[in-house]
Amino acid sequence: MSTLSRRAFMQLSATALGGLVFNVGFPARAKAFADRVQGPWVFVRIDPDQPIVIGARGAEIGQGVKTSLPMLIAEELDVGWPQVKVEQLPYALIPAETEAGIAAKYGPQGAGGSTSIPDGFEELRQVGAKLRRVLMQAAAERWQTPIEALSTRDGRVLHADGREIAYAQLAARAAELPISEDPVALKSAKDFRIIGKATRVADAEDIVTGRATFGIDARVDGALVAMIARCPYFEGDIESLDGRAALAVPGVRHVVRIPRPDPDKGLVTNLAAGVAVVADDTWSAKKGRDALKVTWKRGPWSGDSSAALEQKALRALDDPGSSFDDARSDGDFAAARASAARVIEADYFMPFLAHCTMEPQNAFIDLREDSALLIASMQSPGGASRMINAMTGINRLNIDIRMPRAGGGFGRRLENDFVAEAVHIAKAIGKPLRLIWTREDDMQNDWYRPSGVHRLAATLDENGALTGWSHRAAASDRRFRLPDFADASSWIACLDPDAFPAGCIANYQAEFMPLEFGLARGWWRGPLPSFTAFAIQSFVDEIAAAAGQDPLAFRLKLLGEAREMPYSDHGGPTIHTGRLAGVLKRAANEIGYGINTLPEGHGIGMAVHFVFGGYTAHAMQVSVREGRVRVHRCVCVTDVGQVVNPLGVEAQMMGATIDGLSTALNLQITVHDGKIEQGNFPDYPLLRMADAPDVEVHILHTEFAPSGAGEMGIPTVAPALTNAIFAASGKRIRRLPIGNQLQS
Amino acid sequence: MMSTVFSLNGTKVAFDGDPDMPLLWYLRDHAGLTGTKYGCGIAACGACTVHVDGSAARSCVLPMQSLAGKNISTIENLGANGLHAVQRAWIEEDVPQCGYCQAGQLMAAADLLKRVPVPSDSDIATISNLCRCGTYPRIRKAIHRAAAMLREEADA
Repeated sequence: MSTLSRRAFMQLSATALGGLVFNVGFPARAKAFADRVQGPWVFVRIDPDQPIVIGARGAEIGQGVKTSLPMLIAEELDVGWPQVKVEQLPYALIPAETEAGIAAKYGPQGAGGSTSIPDGFEELRQVGAKLRRVLMQAAAERWQTPIEALSTRDGRVLHADGREIAYAQLAARAAELPISEDPVALKSAKDFRIIGKATRVADAEDIVTGRATFGIDARVDGALVAMIARCPYFEGDIESLDGRAALAVPGVRHVVRIPRPDPDKGLVTNLAAGVAVVADDTWSAKKGRDALKVTWKRGPWSGDSSAALEQKALRALDDPGSSFDDARSDGDFAAARASAARVIEADYFMPFLAHCTMEPQNAFIDLREDSALLIASMQSPGGASRMINAMTGINRLNIDIRMPRAGGGFGRRLENDFVAEAVHIAKAIGKPLRLIWTREDDMQNDWYRPSGVHRLAATLDENGALTGWSHRAAASDRRFRLPDFADASSWIACLDPDAFPAGCIANYQAEFMPLEFGLARGWWRGPLPSFTAFAIQSFVDEIAAAAGQDPLAFRLKLLGEAREMPYSDHGGPTIHTGRLAGVLKRAANEIGYGINTLPEGHGIGMAVHFVFGGYTAHAMQVSVREGRVRVHRCVCVTDVGQVVNPLGVEAQMMGATIDGLSTALNLQITVHDGKIEQGNFPDYPLLRMADAPDVEVHILHTEFAPSGAGEMGIPTVAPALTNAIFAASGKRIRRLPIGNQLQS
Repeated sequence: MMSTVFSLNGTKVAFDGDPDMPLLWYLRDHAGLTGTKYGCGIAACGACTVHVDGSAARSCVLPMQSLAGKNISTIENLGANGLHAVQRAWIEEDVPQCGYCQAGQLMAAADLLKRVPVPSDSDIATISNLCRCGTYPRIRKAIHRAAAMLREEADA
């Protein structure tokens, strides 16, 4: 028996054990329920004497969705979390009346923009609630009683007269009943028993015992191992290749040319021309690659350097004739400037960054005539599916994509260039293979966070009041190499025209100039706010200092009354000044700003920012001695609305804070002679235990709709740190990373 | 060619492949033990940490030919007779985020606690394994917790 709903396909089926499986297809215009790539996967399985299985649909990259998304279902199903066993769902498609003829069966499965929780908050709770309703109906029928007399708790239906029965005993009958087509009533927040409760990582035991599998752990009998030597120059090519020595290495089976991307099409598949060595195992592939005799053509961008890009940005900002794109203009900044008693101006320098996931990129692929199996660590499994289809013509319904845990994402795995490489090789050799990248491959073939210069200007009147604000930025261009974003604004992820203090100052302008540069550009954790908050929150501090005002009081006064203002970028449509003030005041209070007496040489700095629908402030107490900054206390306050898993949100804030410190202190990618200068961790020194402070995380419990949490904790770290350095030492840092700037 | 004979997780094994192959790739490609992770290949990150004769070692730079007569123990063996205190503490403190570095962190922590049963924060700071997710504060708490567990178990 099965029952299908108009709005979402919801299918109940009996199991051989006398239980039920509940499967769901979300697309509104789906034409069928089943995906052709069939498997044992379900949204919920209830069998006698078994844990209740709940499927996790999202790509788990360390942000905790393998725990938090099933929590949403478990809450409304009204089972006890210890009764639940979480199983990862694969990426699945079903036929639908869409342009592509297909739609994502389980709804959104990618990881980007901190959207998993807001996307799933209603949808996944409905899954649990509808199944609970059917189980209650089965109980009502069994007891010949109105459903209104029943309630549920911990996987049991309870009768008002004291009788109770386990879901598993009702499952066989429930599998035959119709599912509600309309949304059913959900719990009110005060009745939550799982949402909002500290919940540990669902598969923690697998992780600590080494059983958890990541993409790199995919093991399929007979698969060969591939490694690629890539052209180090952007859009360069193979000049000469002699693969004989590589083929002579024991275990090496194939040497395969990987074509360079078509410059006219931008970067739609792989990043670079290269030569793949395919062998029986990783070590043979590595030795084979080392034995390749290959020379490279330098390509059109081989004169590029990050130093030259910075000079280009400064020239653009200095030249009054430069044509910047107008992102927002309120009032008349030019007039404010002309009549100002005082103008303050500062430049802030942002380096290129690599993502540097702990698990380097990799992909297992088995291409058949009319089907494919991909196992990889991804953030965009849908993108991988489209990529395989575009490169092979295989019907997307026949492409089976498994989503193991990913060893970090940070935006790197939104791209699927490593999948494209694996497809190129598989097409050439006709055998299943797993492609593995070395750390050097990973650091030198990334989609880097853009680099550029922010120039901020503020005008003060004779009373020291702020009358105007100008934010002009020049940074590496998004249009080059990313054809999917051809229609996006030129300043996407580089200029935040509606961010604070927009709307708080009468005369306000935001302008951008894109600069051509050869490096592939990608999305790096909190792409837009991470690129802009340092400049904005440093400059607010500078204005306060120049005007002789307290930096906290200055910010709060500028924020003004609690109100919502339009916000056009990701996380909008509004930004709430009261929530910004709320996290800022709490952070100041927690660190004892203006209350505690600080030791000699200590200073407190703070910063606050809106991040994709969430609000975060950092406050840090630091000292500077012998050219080094030491963080004595680090407070992070966040308001992400309704909290699903406080333990998970705390982890994200802690981790993002450490990530932010690591990045602000020491990380940058530099380009010289058209090549990346860094290769491995000694060149890109991530923070280690010895330098990692404890992070005091405070989560505000507000009744706003939930935002995500993965990216909210990073943008304010750098400016809070450098504002604290200024408070402690009088030294203003305007260039990231801080590096050795405190030594002079 | 001479075989290299050593003990892997308590079982005697012989290896007669390329003597230069790092232990990491033997574990992952030939022994079917994928819990030990690759991160850098130059002993800079610690994701590949195993125990060699009871001490933490970075397997990505240990050639197979150096292992004759050694006892190798991997993450798969750490909890073979019930979870080790560090594994229980890791779960209780909810340490893992992406989880990729944690096998190496756990092997390093177990080694530290053997040498320094009551570690200070400075002792813990000698663990130089990288965590890109920034789980260090919880790792620190988990190591203190594991140390307390081990002391309790020793007293019992």
